[in-house]
Parts: sequence; C-alpha cells; structure tokens
Amino acid sequence: MECTELMVRYGELSTKGKNRKYFIKRLEQNVNNALSDLTGIKIRAKRDRMHIMLNGIDGEIVADRLKKISGIQTFSPVYTSEKNIKAIKEAAIAIMGTQYKPNMSFKINTKRADHDFEHDTNEINQLVGQAIVDQFKDIQVKMKNPDCIIRIEIRLKGVFISTDTVNGAGGMPIGTGGKGMLMLSGGIDSPVAGYLAMKRGVEIEAVHFHSPPYTSPQALKKAKQLTAKLAAYSGSIRFIEVPFTEIQEEIKKHVPEGYSMTITRRMMMRLTDRIREMRKGKAIINGESLGQVASQTLESMYVINEVTHTPVLRPVITLDKNEIIAIAKNIDTFDLSIQPFEDCCTIFAPPRPKTKPKLDRAIHFENRLNGEEMIERALSKLIITEIHVGEGIDNRLNQEISELL
Amino acid sequence: MIYLDNSATTKMYPEVVETFATVANNFSGNPSSLHRLGEEASILMERSRIQIADLLGMSASEIVFTSGGTEGDNWVIKGTAIEKMPYGKHIITSTIEHPAVYQSMKQLETLGWEVSYVPVDENGIISVKLLEEALREDTVLVSVMAVNNEVGSIQPLKEIGKILENYPSIHFHVDAVQTLGKIPFNLNDYPRVDMAVFSAHKFHGPKGIGFVYIKKGRVLAPLLTGGGQENNLRSGTENLPAIVAMAKALRMSLDKLTDAPIQLEKQHKIIMGFLDNQSTVDVFSSSKGAPHIICFGISGIKGEVVVHALEKKGIYISTTSACSSKKQLNSSTLYAMNIPKRKAESAVRISMDVENTSAEIDQLVDSLQETIVKFKDIR
Repeated sequence: MECTELMVRYGELSTKGKNRKYFIKRLEQNVNNALSDLTGIKIRAKRDRMHIMLNGIDGEIVADRLKKISGIQTFSPVYTSEKNIKAIKEAAIAIMGTQYKPNMSFKINTKRADHDFEHDTNEINQLVGQAIVDQFKDIQVKMKNPDCIIRIEIRLKGVFISTDTVNGAGGMPIGTGGKGMLMLSGGIDSPVAGYLAMKRGVEIEAVHFHSPPYTSPQALKKAKQLTAKLAAYSGSIRFIEVPFTEIQEEIKKHVPEGYSMTITRRMMMRLTDRIREMRKGKAIINGESLGQVASQTLESMYVINEVTHTPVLRPVITLDKNEIIAIAKNIDTFDLSIQPFEDCCTIFAPPRPKTKPKLDRAIHFENRLNGEEMIERALSKLIITEIHVGEGIDNRLNQEISELL
Repeated sequence: MIYLDNSATTKMYPEVVETFATVANNFSGNPSSLHRLGEEASILMERSRIQIADLLGMSASEIVFTSGGTEGDNWVIKGTAIEKMPYGKHIITSTIEHPAVYQSMKQLETLGWEVSYVPVDENGIISVKLLEEALREDTVLVSVMAVNNEVGSIQPLKEIGKILENYPSIHFHVDAVQTLGKIPFNLNDYPRVDMAVFSAHKFHGPKGIGFVYIKKGRVLAPLLTGGGQENNLRSGTENLPAIVAMAKALRMSLDKLTDAPIQLEKQHKIIMGFLDNQSTVDVFSSSKGAPHIICFGISGIKGEVVVHALEKKGIYISTTSACSSKKQLNSSTLYAMNIPKRKAESAVRISMDVENTSAEIDQLVDSLQETIVKFKDIR
C-alpha cells in the first residue's frame, strides 16, 4: 500500500460564484509555488477538487506544506492497493488505524468503474466493512453522518482508497485578496498580523525600517527570518528594507520628546504608503493592538493615520497579548520575535511619549522637518529582496555548525 | 602501543582535534560580544550545549561549562557551602572520593564545617545504612561518586536517592567523571541527583573543559564571579573550541558505546578470569564493578615496578589514580577498603576504553602472564 495522491478540497471558494475559476487558478498557482522544488509532482485543479499526484515523492512532506496553504479546507491521502479483495481489506484497515478512536462510526463507500472486478459494489462495502469491524473494538457502521468515510474506487488501472482526513488552513488563497504592505518591526505582533491578513487571501510584502548603526544587523536579520517564516504560507515574500536613520536623527534633533514617537510613526506611515503606491498595493497592514503602547491608543492612531486614506488593516487590533502570543507560537515566529535586538521603535523612544497627541501640534512640529525631501531620499535607497520559504538566512552557519558537532 | 590508562585520560579523537582547530580558526569571537563574530560564537556555543543536553536527556539550561572535573567538584561542594551556610554546616561524603572532593571537604573543615565520611565495604561500595544514620538536621550536602576511579566500584546512587527523597532540601552531588562513554549512564535514572560533574578528557575530548549538571530549581553560589557568563554561575570567557570539541567527543563516544555495548564487559571478563587464576595476584576490583576498570596487584611487587615492566612491552597502565601516582601516596580507596598497606602498595590499574581491540587485550594477558612468571622468583 502506497500513498500516491493527495486529494484537496477547497474551502470558502465554493461560495465565490463567478470568481470561482480565478480563485482555483490562484490556489493552484500557490500550491505549485509551495511544492516547486519537489520534482515529479503533478497538480490537476478541477472544479471541486484538486489532485496532487505524488509520483514517488513522500506524501508527508507534501502534506506538511499543504497544511499551511490558505484556501484548502481539507485534504486526504489516497492510497493504491492491489486489485484483489484481500489487499483492499488490508489497506482499509491500515487507513482506519490512522484515525481510529473507540466508539467511532464509519462507513465504506465504493465506486466501481471496472465492472469485471470479482465483487460488486455492495459486496465490497460489506466485505471491507466486516473486516474493519473484526479488527477494531467498539466501532459501529453508520450510514448517515458517520465519523469517518472510507472511499474505495475500483478503476481499470487499480484500486484507490481514501478517507476524509487532514484539516487545511482554511481561509482564502493568498493573492485573491489583493496586495498589502505589512509593516514588519520584528516584534511579536506584526508577523501575526501579516499571517492573519494572508489567511484572508491578501498577498503581503514586508516593509522594514532599518536605522544603522542605531539598529543592528542582527535586528535586520531577525526581520528577514520572520519573513521567511511567513513565506511558508505563500512560497515567497518580498522584503523591502527602508533606510530610516536620517529621518530618526532629524526627528530627535528638531521635535520635542513628547511628540517624537507620534511623528516617527507618521513618517513610517507615509513611507509605507508611498511604497504601497509604487508596488501597486491596496492596503497597509500593521500589528497595532489597541492600548498596548502609547502609539496604539485611539488618540495616537487618529493622529498617525491622518497621513493617508489608504485602508490600514489591523488584524490584531482587539486581541489580547496572550491571544497574539498563542498565534505567534502556532506559526513559529514567537521564539524569533523575543530575541532582544533594538528596533526602530525602541531607539530614541522617549521616556514619556504622548498617549493623547493633538493633530495640530503634530503638524506644527512636523513643519520643522524637510519631510518630503527625506522621504524621497529614503525611497531612492530601498533594498528589495525576495525571501523564500525555509530560506534560512543562516544556512551557511547552520551547515558549518552541524559539521563541527 | 597499547593504551590502558583511559581513566587517567583518553586520546582526543582526530575528528575532535579537527573541530577544535576549526573553531579556534573560524569562530574567534567572544560569545558575549554583540557583533556578528560574537553572535556566531554564541550560537555555536548554545548549539553545543543543546547537543550535550539532548545526548544525556537533560535540558540545556541545566548545563554549565567548567574547566573540568576538579573545578566541577570544587564548585558544587563549596558553592553549596556558601549558599546553604545559614541552614547548616554538615556534609556527608564517602571515604573513597576523588581528591577534588576530598580536599574540598578538608578545606571546609578548616572553616568550621563538619564532614561525615561514610565507610565502604570490601568491594569499595558505600554503606547506604551508615549514610542514612549520618544524616542530621543540619546536613546540607551529600556527595557520592558514581564510579570509583581506582577500583571501578559502582555506588548505589538509586538507594541513596531514595533515602534523600525524605530530605528534599539536601543537595545530592555526584562526581560522575568516570561514567560517560564507559558505562550507560543517564541521570534520568537517578531523579534525586541535583548536581553531577563531568570532564571531557575522559571521553576523548580536550583537557581543561567539562560541565556540571545542575537540576532546574537548585541554587549554587558561583565561585568564579566576574563578567556574568554562564548565567552568572561561572564567569570567565568561555573556552569555545574546547566546548564544541567536547560536544562532538560526547556524541562520538556515546555512539561507539552504543555500537559495542558489551565489548567492555567481554574484555573485563577475560582479564578478570585470567587474574583470578593467578596464585600470586590479588584482585581488588569486584567482578560487579564498572567493566572498564580493573585494579590488582602482584603480591610483593610494588605497583610502579609492574607499570614500568609493562611499559617496556609497550603497554601503558597506571598505579591506581594517576592524579596521585607521582606523589607515591597509598591508594586512598584501597586504604578505605581495609586492604593492608603491603598489598595496597602493589596495586596497579588497567582502565579500558571501547577503542581497545580484543587483540590488544590478548596481548595484555600474554604480557601479564610473562610478568607474573618473571616476578615469581624475585619477590
């Protein structure tokens, strides 16, 4: 018995009417991206199912990657068995063994395309069902809404057996929701915000503000590593590094302490919006969570958001810190995020930033800066790189360490 | 050359030497530095710590790097003394501990501590009953080795641990220097042990490096204070090449032991069988001891004479503990086992390693035979 195929069921896209074709195409593209390094795999996306032919590739590797792709409701490994009733029974028992729980119910659902096979559909249902009842304690046959359906298809070429199994990530295929710019600092919240936006189909590009020498190369590396973690959900993500040193220094020089944070944020928002325009995005995404820090009070957000009409998505805005941490752990960004490197938000942070800044005061202080010129200079020096899934920034080091140990 | 002094020290594996050199060349940063070189050094050091922890079923935060067995024993004993002084000034240990333990006790005695030395039986095994009787309200530390370095007796750590279950605040320290790479030893089998001391050069790692296991929740005062390395427990710039080499040596040693689990037992049996049949030989090790250590003497012939006689044949063994053999002290373990002085003076120690082949053991037995015959007329 060998797993030869994974059968993918779509999520919400079944409800998307005319756009359905586009959604499926996009999902196929995303799956293709995520599996592109596994040569031999063939993907066939049909109207209500996608079939991934493994052609010898380990099904578990593929399954692990599928679990992260938005737009997949569930998927099932499909096994082939020899074309005789004994082999079919054995295969069915093996598959049942992977999901058996006491007192569960099941049914066998057979389709027979090869009418020369020794048994007909009903006989196969009964024979295989009996074999499973004999093998597992406290298991019941149930025709309506069983816990588990084992599907057997007798085709000319062989026998294919599958069952409803693995839950996918749900959500929408990434890219069907347009493109947004994620403001990625390196903390716990922004990667989670990016993940949640991706889950609803938004393709993201990561915008990271870098202020050497106040921020370290390690902080930049950490942001890239976080991006690589998020890339697991889409295959790859563009990482846009914004040189921010000059702006931060000028703000420090010319703006009173109480307003420096507010104006720094306004500049970040302006820069991100300009980058969004260049990159043809439709939204800005950030990790703001209401009341968490001084810049995330409603008063602060009001003043900071004033610089743009672009929708600013804040997926974690109403989540508690614990809820955000739970998601961060789930998507494996937490351990990276808590590494202690200074980022743009912590350097020059005033001891007492205004939690209730006034818009007219902010504009007043901002006029002391040559804002537009500095923004142009920063935009002319953007560094854009493409970060791929699993791209360890530290591959070389890891390799070297493994050899040493 | 047939090297049978593996309890004194072992030869570094060539791969371990290579790792040592590569780290010294390529990872020159100080793990505490903020720049890239420091960060890479720090990552490498923590990966080494994780590897050691994984191999031994510990958690990485329970491992502190030291300069070796002597520092480890000194630290656990004196660190406990400093930490626990307000609660009592009484320590229990055995009469057969390594000098690193024994001399630490002696030093504490000059500072007003009381130490109970629990005797051993004729096989060099500590009396659990007497240990239990020695326990007092002000006892803060029990220190017992895992495997004796001179005769190879295995101490009843499980039984001692069971007794100490009823005294949860006492630190239970184990000098485990003679275990790794020689006998299967997993601290998870001894859950009551709080601290255990290990040294790399006993398992084909570099000299001058080792580590101490400190169970989560236990507190030791540091002896070396300063820059706060090792979580403030052991200051001093970390010896990174040696740490990485130690992690590699441990992996290789444990692999080799797994590949040949009963090789040492087999060779032990062959040598013991031979020695037991000699009328002029006293065997001090028990057949139930650790398989890599055999202590015996040709009666009437001083140990060092036998060492040199075998050396002429290219076989390297030692007079009991190498640490004290140059000082011509009588074996303290044999003395504690009530072996008469005249016999104890004849003692020599063979200490094997999985690297020793059966051909080497055959040659050892032949050479021993010749030596014994030769000395029959002289004594």
